[in-house]
Amino acid sequence: MSENKQENFFLTVDNIKVPIEGERNILEVIRKAKIEIPTLCYNSELSIHGGCRMCMVELEGRGLVASCSVPPVDGMVIRSNTKEVRGIRKTVLELVLANHHQNCYTCGKSTVCNLQQLAKDYGINNIRFKRREKESPIDVGLCITRDPDKCILCGQCIRMCSEIQSVGCIGFGFRSSDAEVLTAFNKNIDETECVGCGQCTQVCPTGALMNTSNIKDVWQYLNDPTKTVVVQIAPAVRTAIGEPFGFAPGEVTTDKMVTALKAMGFDYVFDTCFGADLTIMEEATEFVSRVKNGGTFPMVTSCCPGWVNFAESFYPDFEKNLSSCRSPQEMFSSVIKSYGPKMWGINRKDLKVISIMPCTAKKEEKDKDKFKIEGDPNTDFSITTQEFAQMIKECGIDFRNLADTPFDHPFGEKTGAGVIFGSSGGVAEAALRFIMDFDENPPAEHDFAFKAVRGMEGIKSAGIELNGQKFNIAVASGLANTRKLLNDVKAGKVSYDFIEIMACSGGCLNGGGQPTSKDRDYKLKRMAGIYKNDVDQKLHKSQQNPDIIKLYKDYLESPGSHEAHHKLHTHYEDKNLKKKYGVEK
Amino acid sequence: MSESVVDFDVIAKILQKHKNDPSKIIPILQDVQKEFRYLPKDALLYIATTLNIPPSKVYGVATFFSHFTLEPKGKNIIKICDGTACHVKKSGDIIKALKKRFLLKDKKVTSDDGFITVETVSCLGACGLAPVIVLNDEVHGDMTLDKVMKLMDDLEA
Amino acid sequence: MCINREELVKLKQEMDETFSSFKKRVVLCGGTGCMSNGGDKVYDEFLKVLAEEGLDVTVDLKKEDKGKDLSIAKSGCQGFCQMGSLVTVLPDEILYTKVQAADVKEIVKESIKSDGVIDRLLYLDPRSEKKCKGVKEIPFYAKQHRLLLKTCGRIAAESLNEYILNGGYLMAAKAVLEMTDEEICRDITESGIRGRGGGGFSTGLKWDLARKEPRVKKYIICNGDEGDPGAFMDRSVMEGNPHGVLEGMMIAAQAIGADEGCVYVRTEYPLAVERMNKAIVQAEELGVLGNNIFGSGKNFKVWVMEGAGAFVCGEETALMASVEGKRGMPMPKPPFPAEHGLFGSPTVINNVETLATIPVIMAMGSSEYNKIGTKNAAGTKTFAITGHVANTGLIEVPFGTTISEIISDIAGGVIDKDGKINNDAFKAVQIGGPSGGCLTKSEWDLPVDFDSLKSVGAMVGSGGLVVMNDTTCMVSIADFFMKFTQDESCGKCTPCREGTKQMKSMLEDIREGNATPETLETLKDLGKNVQLASLCALGKTAPNPVLSTMKNFKEEYDAHVNLQTCPVGECEDLIEYDILGETCIGCTVCARKCPVDAISGEVKKIHEIDQDKCIKCGVCFDVCKFDAVKRG
Repeated sequence: MSENKQENFFLTVDNIKVPIEGERNILEVIRKAKIEIPTLCYNSELSIHGGCRMCMVELEGRGLVASCSVPPVDGMVIRSNTKEVRGIRKTVLELVLANHHQNCYTCGKSTVCNLQQLAKDYGINNIRFKRREKESPIDVGLCITRDPDKCILCGQCIRMCSEIQSVGCIGFGFRSSDAEVLTAFNKNIDETECVGCGQCTQVCPTGALMNTSNIKDVWQYLNDPTKTVVVQIAPAVRTAIGEPFGFAPGEVTTDKMVTALKAMGFDYVFDTCFGADLTIMEEATEFVSRVKNGGTFPMVTSCCPGWVNFAESFYPDFEKNLSSCRSPQEMFSSVIKSYGPKMWGINRKDLKVISIMPCTAKKEEKDKDKFKIEGDPNTDFSITTQEFAQMIKECGIDFRNLADTPFDHPFGEKTGAGVIFGSSGGVAEAALRFIMDFDENPPAEHDFAFKAVRGMEGIKSAGIELNGQKFNIAVASGLANTRKLLNDVKAGKVSYDFIEIMACSGGCLNGGGQPTSKDRDYKLKRMAGIYKNDVDQKLHKSQQNPDIIKLYKDYLESPGSHEAHHKLHTHYEDKNLKKKYGVEK
Repeated sequence: MSESVVDFDVIAKILQKHKNDPSKIIPILQDVQKEFRYLPKDALLYIATTLNIPPSKVYGVATFFSHFTLEPKGKNIIKICDGTACHVKKSGDIIKALKKRFLLKDKKVTSDDGFITVETVSCLGACGLAPVIVLNDEVHGDMTLDKVMKLMDDLEA
Repeated sequence: MCINREELVKLKQEMDETFSSFKKRVVLCGGTGCMSNGGDKVYDEFLKVLAEEGLDVTVDLKKEDKGKDLSIAKSGCQGFCQMGSLVTVLPDEILYTKVQAADVKEIVKESIKSDGVIDRLLYLDPRSEKKCKGVKEIPFYAKQHRLLLKTCGRIAAESLNEYILNGGYLMAAKAVLEMTDEEICRDITESGIRGRGGGGFSTGLKWDLARKEPRVKKYIICNGDEGDPGAFMDRSVMEGNPHGVLEGMMIAAQAIGADEGCVYVRTEYPLAVERMNKAIVQAEELGVLGNNIFGSGKNFKVWVMEGAGAFVCGEETALMASVEGKRGMPMPKPPFPAEHGLFGSPTVINNVETLATIPVIMAMGSSEYNKIGTKNAAGTKTFAITGHVANTGLIEVPFGTTISEIISDIAGGVIDKDGKINNDAFKAVQIGGPSGGCLTKSEWDLPVDFDSLKSVGAMVGSGGLVVMNDTTCMVSIADFFMKFTQDESCGKCTPCREGTKQMKSMLEDIREGNATPETLETLKDLGKNVQLASLCALGKTAPNPVLSTMKNFKEEYDAHVNLQTCPVGECEDLIEYDILGETCIGCTVCARKCPVDAISGEVKKIHEIDQDKCIKCGVCFDVCKFDAVKRG
C-alpha cells in the first residue's frame, strides 16, 4: 500500500478540516476531529475486516463507504451524519441485537459491553426483526468462557488469535446466517491448542468471550472459618485495578488493594513481586550456571504460562531452552504451601492460596498436575484483575477512597525488579540487574535501568558485556512476534543468549484478565505506571530483598540448591498438535 | 484415543501430490473427499497438523463450501436442481415429495438406513431440461413428480 | 518445446487441406441438454453405422486423415436445447432435431451417403408451420448474432486441430509478437467490450490498470464460477470452446504482463473442468502455452482450480481468497485486484465469456466489433433463456435487442399453463439472477443493455433470463431468490448475513399469512439498507428481486398480506386442496397421481385428501377432468 503520510494534506469531515498524518484509513482521521465513528469489528491493531458496516460514511464522489476500508486522500469531503448513514447504523444495530442473546442483566460484560453502549447511544428502543431462536451451549473452559449466543461475528477474536498471537484456535465456521466463530469441530476450547492468553476476551465487544469466573470458589473459601486464606497479587494488577473505579490507566493503587482484600476477609495478603524476585534469583542463577557449565542457549524465560503452553504445542524442540523455573505464581504458592503450615501452625489442607493475576492462562497453569501435591494444588484458585474488581464491587467497597494498608509478612518485601515483571522487558531487566552484579565493574547502585529492553515494541534486543564476554538479549511480546523471533533463531538468522517472552503484547500489563479499557493509550500508560512504581521502591534488585535472603537462609539454602529445585523448578511436555489431536501415523 | 478409521498414508500421498502447499487446501479436500466420499474428522486434523495450519482454519474452509460434507453420504445420491429455471418448473414439489418419502427434514439429507442422500443443488446448468435431477451422476431432465417417483420405485426395487 | 508462428500457420494450412478433402461433416451437439436427451447414444450409433457402411471417418482431425470420407464431431452446446439432440450435416447445412439413435441409419443413408433431406427430422416452426432445413430458416437461430457461440457449435470441443483450423491461436501469436501491452489494452478498450460477469466494467481499462502496476509477478484469472441459478453460458463456452478461453487468457496475460493464469470452474461443471484441463495439456504439448511462447521469451502457464460450491466466489476478492485456500469471504475494496490481487500480486479477473470473446474481437478488428450493439454496450451478449418459453436454450444477441425479440422471436414465445404458446400469459422475466430484477409487460419493448436494465432496477448480471407465466407467484419467486442469497451469503457483513435472513423471514410471514402492512414497510426499509450497507455485490444486490417485485407486483403482495390469499395458488399455507363430494365420480386418477399418497378412496366412491400428508403440489387439481378438486 502506498504511503499516505504527506505534509499539508487534509480531508474535511462534517465541515471540520483534519490533517492526514499517515493514517491507514479515513476512520482514524475522522476520529481525530473528535467525531466518534461507531465500530463493532474495527481494531486499530488488527487487520481490517470491514464486516460490521457500522462505520459507513458518505464520501463525496463515491457515496456510502465503510470508513475503515478507505485510505485517506487529500481533499476528501466526508459526511458522517446523513440520513442514510444514521439509517444504516440503526438498522445494523437492530439486526445485530435481534440475533444477540440480550440477557444484559446477567451478562458479565454489562456496562463495559460495546454493543450495549452503542444500542444506548443510538437510541435503539425497538427491534423490528425476529429474535434469535437458536440456543447454543456455553463452553466454560479453565481460562475462557465462550457464549456463542452473544457472538456478533465481528471476528476481532479470530484476528487477535491468529494475527497477534499466531495460534488460530478459533476461526469462522459455516456460512450465511449459520456462520459462527468456533474452534475446529466446535470442540471445547480446552481441547484445542488454545494457550489461554485471553486476548480474545479483551477484544470481544460483547460477552461472547469472557474470563472464566472463579469468584464463587474464592468466596467459598473466604466464608469457611476453618480455612486460612492467603492471597498473592501479581505486579501488573496494581497498574490497572483502579480503572474500573475511575483511576486512569497506570495509576498504581497497591495499598488500596491490600485494604480491600483484608476487608473481604483474606487472612494474609502477599505481593507476587516477592515471587518475581524469587524467580529472578533462580532464573538468573540458572543462566549464570548455564554460562559456566555450557548449557543450552538461548535460555528462554518460563514465567508466562501462555508462552509455555505455546512452546509445548508449537516449539517442543525448545524444551531444553526453556528455563526450568516455575512462574512467580507457582514459586510463591509452592513456598506458601510448603512453609506456611509450619509457620502458622495449620494443616496444609486448611491453607488455601488464591492468586490475583492480570492473566487468564494462570487459571490453567495452576491446574497442572505438576503443581499439585497429592491432588492438592499449590495455587487453589487464580482470579483475574477483572474478577477482583467484581469482588470489590460486590462488597460495596468504595475503592477510590480506601485507606492504605501494607502487605503482610514474612513475604511482604519486594524490589523494583519484581514490580517490572508486569511489563514486557521487565523480566530481562530484572535478570540483568542480578547478573550485572557479577561483573568486575558492576554498575552504580542508582544505575539500575536497562532501557533498551523497555517499551511497546514487539521484538526488542540488547547486548551486554559481562567480564569481557558479550551477551545478546532479546525480548518478545505477543506470540506472533515470538514465532518470528524463534523462527529466526532456528534459521540461524539471529543469535541470542537470553530471551524473555511474554504471550501478551506489552506483557502482563495487557494480560487477558485485565480490565478492558476505552483509553486508546492504555498500554503505554500502564507501562509508565509500572516503571514509575519501580523508581518509587527502596530497592531495585531481587538479590537485595531482605525477605528473599531470609527465605534462602531459613528454608531454601541457596539459589539453584536441591531444595530450591524441588520446590521452585519444573519440567515440560511435548504437546505437539499431531499428538494432541491423535492423528499420528 | 481410539484407532482412527482414516489411513493417513492415503492422505499423506494426496498432500504430497499438492506439494504440501497450504494454499492448495481446497483441491486437497476435494481429493480427500473423492477418496472417502466425505471429509473424516481425523483427515482434516491430519491435514492441518501436517501443513502447519490451524485446524480451525481447515474446519472453516470445509464448512464454508457446500460441496464438502463432514458426514458420510448415503448409498445413492440424488441431487435435485433448484436453480431458477427448475424452480419455476416446480422442482420444489419434487424436493418436498422426496423428503416426505425418505423421512428427511431441513438439514437431515441422508435417510436413516443410509440408503439415499437427497440434496438440493443450485443450478446444474442444464436449465434447458428443467426440472433436472441427477441420480447417481446420471442426469434426468424434464422431470415430473410421476417420473421421479417411478425412478425411486426402481431404485428401491 | 515451443511452436513458432510459421509452424502454426503451416499447421493450419495442413488442417485446411485435410478438412476440405472430406465430402461430408456431421456435427452432433455435445451439450449437457442433448447428451442427457440421448445424444451420447446417437453418437455411438453413428460410429457404428458409419463403420458398418464402410465409410472412412475421422473423429479426431489429423493431417493424415486427408482423403477420408467424412469427419464427425461432438461440438459444444448449440443452444437449441429444447430440440435435442441436434445433428447437423455439412456442407448441406441440414439441422436435424430431436434425433434418436434409431434415426441414425436413415440419416447416414439419406444425407451422408447421398444428398437427401429427411423431412420428418427437420424442425417445424409452430408459428409458420413450415419445416426449416437449417439454422438460417429456424427463427431461433435466424434472429441471433452468434459471434462467440458460432465456434462452440461448429468444432469438436476436444480437438485442438479443429480450433487451429478455425484460426486458433493466431491472435495470441499476433498479440505476443506484434503488439505492445499498451496497444492490446488500447485495442480492447476501443472495441468497447465491457465485462460479461456482472459489473460491466470496461475490459480494456481493467487490463490497463493492472498493466501499469510495476510488479513482476501478475496473474490472470478466468472466472468460470457461474453460480447464477438459471445461467449456463460460461459452462457452454468452457465445454464447447476451451481453447478460445485459453487464447483469451493468453492475450490478457500479454496485455498486463502476467505469466500465470488460473481458470476457476464450478465443481458442478465436471465436463467443463475436464475439457479445460485437456485443452491446457493440448496447448502445452503443441507449445503455445508454457515457456518461451512463440519464441518470444515470454512464459505463460495455466492451471484449473475447481470451486467447491459457493456462489459468492463469483465475487473477485472471494474468488481469490478461495484460490489462496481460504474461506471465500470478500474483502473490502480498495485495494483492487489490479493492484493487490492473488497472493498479493496484481491480478485481472475476467469472466469466461469476456475472455473467449477477445480472440474474436481481435480477428474481426475492434472497430468492427464496436459497431455491433449499442453506443455504451458494444458487441453481443449470450443469454441462457429458460422458464416458460417454447425454446429454452442458449442464445447470443447484440446489445440493444429488445425483451420481446428475445422472448417472442427467438425463444418462440411464452408458454401458458396448458403448454400452449401464448404471449398473453407473460407475467415477468427475471434478468440477472438473484442479483437482478423482475421485468414486467411494461418493459416488453425495452432494449437490453447495461444501462437500460439498471434504470429499471435489474442488471445484465451473468445473463440468465428466466421467463415466468401467470401461474407464477411473484412473492414466492422473491422468496426463492432470498433463500438463495441467504444460503450463499458468506456471513461476513452484518447487512447481508442478518439482513437477508430477516428479509427471508418476512417473506415467509407474507407467504404464510402472518404479515401485516407494517411487515411490508419494514421489508422495504431493510431491503434498502442491505443494498446500501453490504460489503460486496452479493449483498448489495440481494434485495433487488424483492424490491423489484414489490414495486412491480404490489397488488400481489397486498393480496397475500391483506386478503391472506395467494392469487395464483402457489403459497401453500394460503391454499388448501379439497375434493368436492358432489362432483367427484371416483375415477381414482388423482389418487394414483398423488406423489405422496395423500388421497384415499375406492373406485366410484368419493375421494378424500389427507391434509397432513398433502404437499400442495396441485397435481390432483391439474389431473382432475371433472373439476372436482377445489383450490381455496
